[in-house]
Amino acid sequence: MATSDIGDIQVAERALQHHFADMEQQRETSSFGMWMFLLTEIMFFSGLFCAYLVYRASYYHAFVEGSQKMNITLGATNTAVLICSSLTMALGVRAAQMGKPKLMAILLLITILFGFGFLGIKAVEYHEHWVNHEFPGPNFHFETGDPAHPATDAQHTEIYFSLYWAMTGLHALHMVIGIGLVAWLVIAGLMGAYTPHYYNPVENVGLYWHFVDLVWIYLFPMLYLISKKHGG
Amino acid sequence: MATAVQTVERENYLNSNYGIKSWLLTTDHKRIAVLYLISITAMFWLGGFFAMMIRLELLTPAGDLVSSDTYNKLFTMHGIIMVFFFLIPSVPAVLGNFLVPLMVGAKDLAFPRVNLLSWYLYMAGAITALTAMVTGGVDTGWTFYTPFSTTYSNTHVIGAAIGIFIAGFSSILTGLNFIVTIHRMRAPGMTWRRLPLFCWSNYAAAVIMVLGTPVIAITLLLVALERAFNIGVFNPQLGGDPLLFQHLFWFYSHPAVYIMILPGMGVISEIVCCFSRKRAFGYEFIALASIAIAVLGFLVWAHHMFVAGISVYAALVFSLLSYLVAIPSAVKVFNWTATMYKGSISYNTPMLYAFGFIGLFTVGGLTGIFLSSLGLDVHVHDTYFVIAHFHYVMVGGMVMAYMAGLHFWWPKITGKMYPEAWAKLSALLVFVGFNTTFFPLFILGYMGSPRRYHAYPPEFQVLNVLSTAGASILAVGYVLPMIYFVWSLRYGADAGPNPWNAVGLEWMTSSPPPTHNFDETPVVTWEAYDYEHQPQEEITVGH
Amino acid sequence: MAKHAEHNEETGSVGHIAPAKLYVAIWAILMVLTLTTVLVSMVDIGPMNIVVALVIATIKGTLVVLFFMHLRYSPKLTMATVIAAVFWLFLLLSLTMTDYLTRAWSTYPGR
Repeated sequence: MATSDIGDIQVAERALQHHFADMEQQRETSSFGMWMFLLTEIMFFSGLFCAYLVYRASYYHAFVEGSQKMNITLGATNTAVLICSSLTMALGVRAAQMGKPKLMAILLLITILFGFGFLGIKAVEYHEHWVNHEFPGPNFHFETGDPAHPATDAQHTEIYFSLYWAMTGLHALHMVIGIGLVAWLVIAGLMGAYTPHYYNPVENVGLYWHFVDLVWIYLFPMLYLISKKHGG
Repeated sequence: MATAVQTVERENYLNSNYGIKSWLLTTDHKRIAVLYLISITAMFWLGGFFAMMIRLELLTPAGDLVSSDTYNKLFTMHGIIMVFFFLIPSVPAVLGNFLVPLMVGAKDLAFPRVNLLSWYLYMAGAITALTAMVTGGVDTGWTFYTPFSTTYSNTHVIGAAIGIFIAGFSSILTGLNFIVTIHRMRAPGMTWRRLPLFCWSNYAAAVIMVLGTPVIAITLLLVALERAFNIGVFNPQLGGDPLLFQHLFWFYSHPAVYIMILPGMGVISEIVCCFSRKRAFGYEFIALASIAIAVLGFLVWAHHMFVAGISVYAALVFSLLSYLVAIPSAVKVFNWTATMYKGSISYNTPMLYAFGFIGLFTVGGLTGIFLSSLGLDVHVHDTYFVIAHFHYVMVGGMVMAYMAGLHFWWPKITGKMYPEAWAKLSALLVFVGFNTTFFPLFILGYMGSPRRYHAYPPEFQVLNVLSTAGASILAVGYVLPMIYFVWSLRYGADAGPNPWNAVGLEWMTSSPPPTHNFDETPVVTWEAYDYEHQPQEEITVGH
Repeated sequence: MAKHAEHNEETGSVGHIAPAKLYVAIWAILMVLTLTTVLVSMVDIGPMNIVVALVIATIKGTLVVLFFMHLRYSPKLTMATVIAAVFWLFLLLSLTMTDYLTRAWSTYPGR
């Protein structure tokens, strides 16, 4: 324990950048920087949330129509997959804190698997929407279930789908980046880059991963659960 | 504490290593500041060239120099370049980058590599936007209003939007770096109440960068997507609402004017204290006014949309909130004047520019109150009155402050003095040229001359000729510093560590500063602007 | 200045280490809440559906931020950052809605 402690501290000293006084200042600074970055991410998504709110308030009916096309089973499964990945991520950070690089690598690999699982299920959904002409643009076609106002509803449902694709697409892009970052942690971790004294990158990627999970926690009810499914 | 003794061949950030690679891969905040200085100066001249073309076209009432289409592209490119690639990065990315770590007594910004990345993002954004301009230009105005930008314009909207999108991330990263640095990297004893006002105002601007810029990024991304895939988020034909674009756009772009002006205010605070040899009057109020402006700035955006068709009730609320911004702004102006009161003022170039700033910013700010009042805005909306108002704040305020700061810290950045007599002449030319250019536009606008037209009725010609003449004087006023700054690099007198006998940590290290800023970490035991206890030496340079 | 982080005596880690049991418990609550929100969506309570769904989402999000993201054990500055994000999101949404919700109050030509 004592000898490995000294080795750990040496790794940590190499990781200390010249402009910080000590590891603690570096760690707290990097963590604060990550939180600030996540703040900008929230504001990045907020433009889409704002558009969603405005149109949902204006075209509630069309949004209900659009959300009927969502596969709630797949959406709920994906929510569960992401929550599981968040658990393994949190446990992975914990393993890094406790100085168990192999355990960390295993947990993060499971996280990556969950991430691919999410993207796979999402791809199935995207494929369904594409086949059903539910992609906005010239090929968009929507049969409204309500004969009262078919034309405008079909048009406004296209806005729903524009937002659906933009929000979930941007989220999926974040997932892809996240998977890349976690893979990098696995490799660096196995090469002994992280110790209980220095694990900022693991902590920060963890924060990012949980944030992406958090966005989905909101996207799921906003896009899938607007109203009770007809006949469901 | 760094000593004041300067040896001739002392190592500094400029001579520590050489070669193009040592600059392009540097993580030194001072070198990155110099990289920014060079790039934004280039953008300033490009934007200035477009401005000159606009003024030349407006010399005569008929549209004879350029066609209306070309004119639309000229004012669009002038706006895009000046707003996104000059004004927003000017003081923060150049002076802020150089000075914030020095002022708080740190060796560097919190994330030096992120800082370098932000410069590369700026360059990538600038090159993308410039490519869009070279290959055909954009004609939507810098505001990209939908549905024109998404559906009808035949120009390179997507390229320009992507360029601004990328440059936005540069701004976000700079802001993030400043906030984290000021929170976490301050030297022992450098408490918030001892923090230089320049840091306070850059902090406030950084808050806006971090909170606002992502919103414009996603908005411009939506514009690009809508144009590319014909989706209908902002297109009224497809049930979208163009006003939603304006809401999202101004949520950033109104606070963005405070990104531009707040760091400039910080420069003025430093200079006014130094050249009055006095402590800042109401230090806390100036500091907190910066934060107040940053926060209130987010509550007023819809005053750009009074005649666009928003609800009159919302317009009432936004009008009232807009008035509130005047309070912290006025607090600053009054505190600067109170600082000068009974001070021993020296009239060096930075101070001359600061005088110009205070006067012109006040004019610009007060006409802003005209515009935030609902009734008057209907009359002068989209006229030259608006142009004059924001150029008084942006050029008369911000560019003046930028010039003031460049002159003030040029000895620190380069270790050389600029020629004082020429500099005073340039300050005078800028002041006279600026007022001749833009004051006539207030009158034109009030008489109803609309903005963004390449031709106008003959009765408006006298004022337009006056304005173009002023622009020529202004151009000379800007060319002069360019020449003598470059001249001073070779022939300027050695500045020494503290030519202005100023207080502040940046003056306690050598000029140019060593790579690690301070030989040993400074410990701060004195209040900010402690000029009463500073030895009362004369400012020797330039008299 | 930065306050000192707690040092974990056993491992020498510089950060707070939460027990694995806690993470598993949070995970279980999140899964139950996901199931709940899907089940509630099967019942038609009109516009209240989204309200319930968002309340549940907010509870889930809070749990993720507090425990998975260690906000509970983080410096006050981190808490301030989170509050700022939520506040500015609220500003954008609410001030935009002041326009949309009051447009119908007045009638003038063309509207």
